[in-house]
Amino acid sequence: MPVTTISGHDVHVDDEGFLTSYDEWDVTLAQALAEQIGIGLTDEHLSVIAFLRKDYLDRGETATIRRVATVGGVPTKRLFELFPKKPAKKMAYIAGLPKPHGCV
Amino acid sequence: MTITQTTPLVPSFDDVQTDRKLAIICSKGTLDMAYPGLILANAALGEGIETHLFFTFWGFELINKKTMGDLKFTMLGNTATHMPQGMGGLPWMTSIATSRLKKSIADVGVPEVPEFLQQIHDSGGHLWACRMSADMNHLGLDDLYEGVEAIISATDFIDMTDGAQLLFI
Repeated sequence: MPVTTISGHDVHVDDEGFLTSYDEWDVTLAQALAEQIGIGLTDEHLSVIAFLRKDYLDRGETATIRRVATVGGVPTKRLFELFPKKPAKKMAYIAGLPKPHGCV
Repeated sequence: MTITQTTPLVPSFDDVQTDRKLAIICSKGTLDMAYPGLILANAALGEGIETHLFFTFWGFELINKKTMGDLKFTMLGNTATHMPQGMGGLPWMTSIATSRLKKSIADVGVPEVPEFLQQIHDSGGHLWACRMSADMNHLGLDDLYEGVEAIISATDFIDMTDGAQLLFI
């Protein structure tokens, strides 16, 4: 498992760069992760990320776009604006979670 | 073994600039055959791929406001249910098969057809209706789901999907 350094944080990641250890994440790291993929985090982004983190703890899997929309209450359109092109993967990356596995 | 990276290892979300485009022709109007196109369209949109769905012939059932929430599944002619075919013709058997399939789909968290179309529309997917099917059924844009952008001819569809990967379902 590779270790990579993001803005001074040493974190364990998978081959693509997604964090593999839930507890190595914090909000300052989220800012750094978001910067790496060209997203400037706002409070709105952070509330989505907070939902993903909590949902992962509850269910042991990363929420899909549909789940963030229906359970998290953030409309699909808005998710595509906040995390352009690939919302599911980008949300998961910034939240320090694995990519979602669900089909829908 | 632990490998320490010198430069940050970051997923390459936008590095590969792709003009990949997907076009899906939905030609079936049964509940079971509605889903493959919708699921693939939704997956493609989540990967940032420009996606077009073209509804034609029985596929119109999915976008006709009157029928889109009421698609059915029958075991008749479908040996993959592994039930005696004679049973499929019994009264209410299609209703029973339909409600069972709907339950299985709901159990895995997948929405019903109208809600799924909304999700695809909200994700930036393009929905098109076939001109000939509309004319045959005497339907206009007002009869169709609001997210349908236009009723277009086969020629228009071929023009607009230049360079796209094509799926016929």
